[in-house]
Amino acid sequence: MFLLKKNISIILFIAVLMAAMSFINASEKSKLSIQFHHMVGSKLLKLDSVFYENELNQSFTISKFKYYIGNIQLKKKNGTSFNYNTYFLVNEEEELSKQIELNNIPDGEYNSIRFILGVDSSHNCSGIQTGALDPINAMFWAWNTGYIFLKLDGSSPASNSPKNIFEFHIGGYKQPNNCIREINLNFSNPLIISSTNKSTIHIKTDVIEIFKTPISIDLSKISSVTNHQYSTTIANNYADMFSLITDEK
Amino acid sequence: MKNKFTIVSIFTLAFCVFTAFINSENPYFIITKKDVELKIPKGFPKPIYKFKLNQPTPEGFILGRKLFYDPILSKDSSISCGSCHQRIAAFAHIDHTLSHGINGLIGNRNVPPIQNMIWQTNFMWDGGINHLDLQPIAPITNAIEMNENLKHVIQKLQCNNNYKILFNRAFYDTIITSEKMLKAISQFVGLMISANSRYDKFMRKEDTLSQQELNGLKLFRLHCAACHKEPLFTDNTFRNNGLLTDTSLKDFGRFAITGLEKDKMKFKVPSLRNIEMTYPYMHDGRFRNLKQVVNHYAKGIFLNETDELIRKINLSEKDQVDIISFLKTLTDKTFLYDIRFAEPL
Repeated sequence: MFLLKKNISIILFIAVLMAAMSFINASEKSKLSIQFHHMVGSKLLKLDSVFYENELNQSFTISKFKYYIGNIQLKKKNGTSFNYNTYFLVNEEEELSKQIELNNIPDGEYNSIRFILGVDSSHNCSGIQTGALDPINAMFWAWNTGYIFLKLDGSSPASNSPKNIFEFHIGGYKQPNNCIREINLNFSNPLIISSTNKSTIHIKTDVIEIFKTPISIDLSKISSVTNHQYSTTIANNYADMFSLITDEK
Repeated sequence: MKNKFTIVSIFTLAFCVFTAFINSENPYFIITKKDVELKIPKGFPKPIYKFKLNQPTPEGFILGRKLFYDPILSKDSSISCGSCHQRIAAFAHIDHTLSHGINGLIGNRNVPPIQNMIWQTNFMWDGGINHLDLQPIAPITNAIEMNENLKHVIQKLQCNNNYKILFNRAFYDTIITSEKMLKAISQFVGLMISANSRYDKFMRKEDTLSQQELNGLKLFRLHCAACHKEPLFTDNTFRNNGLLTDTSLKDFGRFAITGLEKDKMKFKVPSLRNIEMTYPYMHDGRFRNLKQVVNHYAKGIFLNETDELIRKINLSEKDQVDIISFLKTLTDKTFLYDIRFAEPL
């Protein structure tokens, strides 16, 4: 009797082991990179040195551009999706930060990618965070708890602020000043993720979109935006600054 | 023989020096597991802060205490948290109307006490901070308080061998991060619990109150306890208590956080525990003593926007004195003299 019991448990153990192994084999996991290309309209973004123009023909330069990306979700053809729960701080000044590496993505054909620009409410409310969300990254308001989702600093002769600077520091996770924006991008050809080919998604981040659609930003009137006034205006503008670059590079 | 004697005497001397050294650290450095045990006082609600996610240890507590009293957190190493948060005043700044900061600068608000923080839903007079772990970042980075940046603080700590040892003891890692630093401070500050005043003993039937104090308690429950809710003596809300806006400070309180008109001149309802020791009073320290505070509610100027719960209270001179005598029963000497929270010398 004892022997039988022992045998059964051994058989059971082997069966579980085999099932687990077949499960691992069935779902291969691979890497995916997302490369952000920072542009201002048709020009490449260059800090400090290049003058750009908004819709009102006000010229400006940019000295700082960074933003948080999170809650990345990849959607498969069959409707299932894969969620990636890490935040990334994309910073123009740091080349490496513009290339995001995602690991352990299940192989398959994906139709679209979804992510948020910002930091969701739970990460704003549950105390000290680490990694990209570590407050040492200076994308955090200490006196009014919350992350700064996007920083765009620069200067413009049109600006009436001291030294003609403009500063858009956009954040806020609570209504009515919620500045989290959901971005949805559909692939024209399905994205195939497999261990045999390394997949990269190229996304254009167009800074000029922050100055327009739906609201055209007049730098002589709006040159400093932190929370409350105008922050949602800027957020509505940046909601459409991302687009896919379809040509495979 | 002579040699033997020398060796013995050297050992004896060494032993004496050693024990003297140990004793000189006593009792500040002897923090036991029992010292960092969270005991929820009888009648207190469930804490908001989750110590489960930041389990206090003697090593974490000692590190938090060291950080709390170390001016290394400020830009020019001139002030520490403890400079303005004094133990004898329940960690408020005794006899100071507005906070003091770096380079002799003066802030625009009265230093609030630190006690029973794990029951607070948000922090500061305007409630701008939503989590205890994040609270210290505000004074550290404020230009008229410690004027530092967080990254630089971490670098300074990482360069300090003593801190490397203390962080390693507390978190089993010599890599110092903002998370570990802030969690250590929360362990220290979170255990500052005041629940052993004469009022508490009276509630537990371990002590009695005088007739005057009892009358004060009765009046307090009738007129004040709706906002200053027992046993924490605050309901964690923000209210306009009818103070005129100070024309030089132009501080509109909660409005700065929410941007909502209705929040203008609302400030946090402060706890009244240890109120005797935290003078002066109000967000800008405008009232020097409790008599002026009670007098404000009895005769003060009230505006249209004043909270609906706050109405002119009809109090005789004697009633006012009685309320104050009750408020003084909230002084908790066990907490004020608790050696665990003293600055290590």
